[in-house]
Amino acid sequence: MSNTATHHAHGHDGGHHVSHDDGSKTTVGFWIYLMSDCLIFATLFATFGVLVNATAGGPTGNGLFELPYVLGETLLLLISSFTFGMAMLGMQARRQSKVIGWLAVTFVFGAGFIGMEVVEFVKLINDGAGPHVSAFLSSYFFLVGTHGLHVTCGLLWIAVMSHQVYKFGLTGVTRRRLACLSLFWHFLDLIWICVFSFVYLREFL
Amino acid sequence: MNRTSHRHPAHDTIHAASHGSLKSYVIGIVLSLLLTLASFGAVMTHVVPRGFGLATIVVLCVAQLVVQLVYFLHIGAARDQRANTGIFVCTAFLIAVIVGLSLWVMHNANQNMMPTHMSTERAMSRD
Repeated sequence: MSNTATHHAHGHDGGHHVSHDDGSKTTVGFWIYLMSDCLIFATLFATFGVLVNATAGGPTGNGLFELPYVLGETLLLLISSFTFGMAMLGMQARRQSKVIGWLAVTFVFGAGFIGMEVVEFVKLINDGAGPHVSAFLSSYFFLVGTHGLHVTCGLLWIAVMSHQVYKFGLTGVTRRRLACLSLFWHFLDLIWICVFSFVYLREFL
Repeated sequence: MNRTSHRHPAHDTIHAASHGSLKSYVIGIVLSLLLTLASFGAVMTHVVPRGFGLATIVVLCVAQLVVQLVYFLHIGAARDQRANTGIFVCTAFLIAVIVGLSLWVMHNANQNMMPTHMSTERAMSRD
């Protein structure tokens, strides 16, 4: 991604000048933030791993989770990652309408994921498996909820960027921000791969 | 990607590697879908023999992480990606330490320091 900025620094694009250091440092800096976020998730996964058997006589994941439903959530998020890639290709081709269109599609899939997750959480709580029931469920809600919160922030960011691209066009600044958002969105998909593997699938082995 | 590459012929490969093209995104999504369906399929159909289940989903999980890092996040050895890749490798090491050692320490603590045949109710009624 940092090479967007390098490209600008060559001065071929004209109209907007982003210095080499500025752009590449932004994406590397954002990547460092993402890695620190990764450490947060690592500690949450470690907590979940330690507490996964501490059900305190409450329900276990095996009886609570529905794999076809989780597969649906997974596919929504995976497809949204691909459609965001299409938006980035639109950005490289400098097609403003294509970028906004694919961002909208990404938003719909991401919102679908969050919708399904909220429904799942409400159902668990109504079934008497809320976060207060056992250490297992506390760590489950904390881990999956933190991921959901990140996706919600990503949705907000997608909405803001759609507006900025619509209003300001694909300038050096919006391109750099889209590059960071792209890293963020793909990163959330990476975390979800670990969630469905170690939180959901593991229960059914 | 290809629309701009004629201006930077020397940077062609670097651009393709770090920016992604339609081809790389399509390869990424197809491989990810296959790996996702494989891990759900392996667990839902119980096709994997007992004892190998965890190993199977760990392998499929790591494979999909690598696929997405390469095809979606464009992590690689290209010159302008080296900083990101280096930071990622350091983070992966920290994650392995945090998760691996936490599980190891707590497993040992459970094995050696918990009364083994005691229900939660009995443990609570004791004090």
